[in-house]
Amino acid sequence: MRRLIRKSDIFLAYVLLQAAALGLMLVDAAVRRSLAEPVLRQRAEVVRVLGLTDLALFTEARYTRNPSLADRHSPFQEHPLSLEHFPSGSVVSPPSHLTLPAGR
Amino acid sequence: MSLIEKHRNIIDYTLSSLGRRKGKTFAVCLVYSFIIFLLASVVFFTQAIKREADLLLREAPEMTVQRLEAGRQTTVPAAYADGIGRIRGVQSVQKRLWGYYFDSLTGANYTVMVNASLNGREGQAIVGSGVLLRGAAEGESRKIQAGDSLPVKTYRGEALMLKVAGILPFASELETADLIQVSERDYRDIFNAEAGRYTDLALQVRNRKELATIATKIVRQYPDTRPILREDILRTYDAIFDWRGGLSIMTMAGALFAFIILAWDKATGLSAEEKKEIGILKAIGWETGDILQVKFWEGVSVSLTSFSIGIFAAYLHVFVGSSLLFEPVLKGWSVLYPDFRLTPHIDAYQLVSLLFITVLPYTVATIIPSWRSATIDPDSVMRA
Amino acid sequence: MITLSNIRKVYNAGRPNEFTAIRDVSLELEPNKTTVLKGPSGSGKTTLLSMLGCMTRPTAGRILLGQREITSLPEKFLAEIRRSTFGFIFQQLNLIRGITVLENVMLPAYPTGERRSEVVARAMALLDLCNLSHKAEARVEWLSGGEAQRAAIARALINGPAIIICDEPTAHLDTALSLEFMETMKRLRDDGKTILIASHDPLVNDSDAVDRIVEIRDGRLVPPKACA
Ligand SMILES: Nc1ncnc2c1ncn2[C@@H]1O[C@H](COP(=O)(O)OP(=O)(O)O)[C@@H](O)[C@H]1O
Ligand SMILES: [Mg+2]
Repeated sequence: MRRLIRKSDIFLAYVLLQAAALGLMLVDAAVRRSLAEPVLRQRAEVVRVLGLTDLALFTEARYTRNPSLADRHSPFQEHPLSLEHFPSGSVVSPPSHLTLPAGR
Repeated sequence: MSLIEKHRNIIDYTLSSLGRRKGKTFAVCLVYSFIIFLLASVVFFTQAIKREADLLLREAPEMTVQRLEAGRQTTVPAAYADGIGRIRGVQSVQKRLWGYYFDSLTGANYTVMVNASLNGREGQAIVGSGVLLRGAAEGESRKIQAGDSLPVKTYRGEALMLKVAGILPFASELETADLIQVSERDYRDIFNAEAGRYTDLALQVRNRKELATIATKIVRQYPDTRPILREDILRTYDAIFDWRGGLSIMTMAGALFAFIILAWDKATGLSAEEKKEIGILKAIGWETGDILQVKFWEGVSVSLTSFSIGIFAAYLHVFVGSSLLFEPVLKGWSVLYPDFRLTPHIDAYQLVSLLFITVLPYTVATIIPSWRSATIDPDSVMRA
Repeated sequence: MITLSNIRKVYNAGRPNEFTAIRDVSLELEPNKTTVLKGPSGSGKTTLLSMLGCMTRPTAGRILLGQREITSLPEKFLAEIRRSTFGFIFQQLNLIRGITVLENVMLPAYPTGERRSEVVARAMALLDLCNLSHKAEARVEWLSGGEAQRAAIARALINGPAIIICDEPTAHLDTALSLEFMETMKRLRDDGKTILIASHDPLVNDSDAVDRIVEIRDGRLVPPKACA
């Protein structure tokens, strides 16, 4: 009779809708990944040919431009007590082969 | 009499009850969505860029050998390359020349490297698509195009005009935005690089299993060198945005803070009205468990809504947009910033982890304070 | 039949503000009768009703609901008894604000897991009986005092309780509404319900709907002869 549609049913539909939307998002991600695959292969080829070792994400300092090639001292600038002053330096963590004990 | 019907009844009541506090519920959802948006953006961004770095840098040189002098990287004599080339298992040694160049006109830092194919084509350059040109007339920087002339200052202070013969693919901008590739002669001319000395060596080995052994041999033979393996590079990028990093810590701290405020509001904010309501429900025959279920569904509906909103917004932000919010942090003081769009390397596992670190604590924070009120005697409602 | 034996209720036991609200009350309440607890304010009427209605436990003594001893039951069972055996009409009515009259009436039936359509039908029938069906979708704060009380009566009846408990039901009603309320109680008793009313309103005490008056003062029963 009265109020055939219950709030709880609407809620259930709402939750299912959200789950479906999240699922769709994952599908969209998969589609984007497969579309990006040839491009990614091309980019990997560029990396191989040029012998690149790093991403050009942070160009502000030597050791952030090439963190994987940075030496043990450059993150300290010219003095062991000088503080980090590049913002990206706080984003990039030091490479593990530098922070791990000698050898590897 | 059915359990499902009972749950539906309780959800009915929960929604009616939430509907009364539209303003507050909306505000909580808004703040909460924003927290999840930030957290999810960080997770999506860092996971995707790590994955991308991993896929790309798998093609990096198997081993890079540097030379150190007084704790700083310095040039490697050609003799080192010959010596290392004779080590068993080393297939090839590439002597590389590259360095950093600060362009005072645009304020950008570039990576200048030698491209052997330009040898003999002096005065020409192949550049990354992010390289800027400062127009003399307009006084403004613009992206460089093929055919442009790029002025580079040599060590003597003279301007060397490099003709842009090619631009590296735009798709590769994340890796190559700041590259300027020149011939070896131009390189030595720009940087006054001593002949017979190189920046570092890139090695290829016959058997990858021998990498560590070869590295040990190199260091034994040339104690002032430092070999960097491809695994080291990959590991560097695997740890690049770890949770101790600025980006993560900042968002986490912010999110945690906002979350504590939300939870605190929940924990202390059980108003007299709400307490009375719990008392009434108990008095008319609701069990403690039923009341906790109301609070449970309340937490679930608010946090699920916020979760979805936050996740979708983060997805759009990171993968459809280009992580606009992170750009200032990542860009820092640098002038160049690669124009890149990340591929959505997300999976159900990430979503479930995000769900657990956000929805679970919020729901618990909703239930706990009511639990205390829900266990008291209902006779208080008999009095005014 | 409800049997109380040597009921005692102490508030704040062991603390300086310890207060004994009910002392050694023994009482038998017959089913299908209207019993009024009469006494001045502060005499312990509400306290006694709370214990009868399984809202709180006596400090000492036993309460039997039929054959069932309820003083030692765990909370879960007490809630079940409150839900199925008692219908409460509180002094402050205690309708839940912000939701509709219909939802308020249906609330005690929610935890039973009964089908919603059946509960809605029953609630509408009760609202009809209380002349309130036109306000089913109204929020409770829009109701007048009389309407609110009728909504509270409908809520008390939704699970078909055997016993109805009313605390000072006429405190906020004018004479006409009070008489109407007593008429309703009379009808319910004639339908077979047991009715318990706490009141010090002469209008209630003198009503012909009342079968028995129990007088209480300072937490003790006043012997019937003394009040005769
Ligand atoms: N929670 C409580 N703590 C302390 N004293 C209480 C409490 N509830 C009631 N009382 C006291 O118990 C006495 C009886 O109260 P009550 O049962 O409400 O009386 P009535 O309903 O007859 O007016 C009053 O003196 C009141 O102050
Ligand atoms: Mg009272």
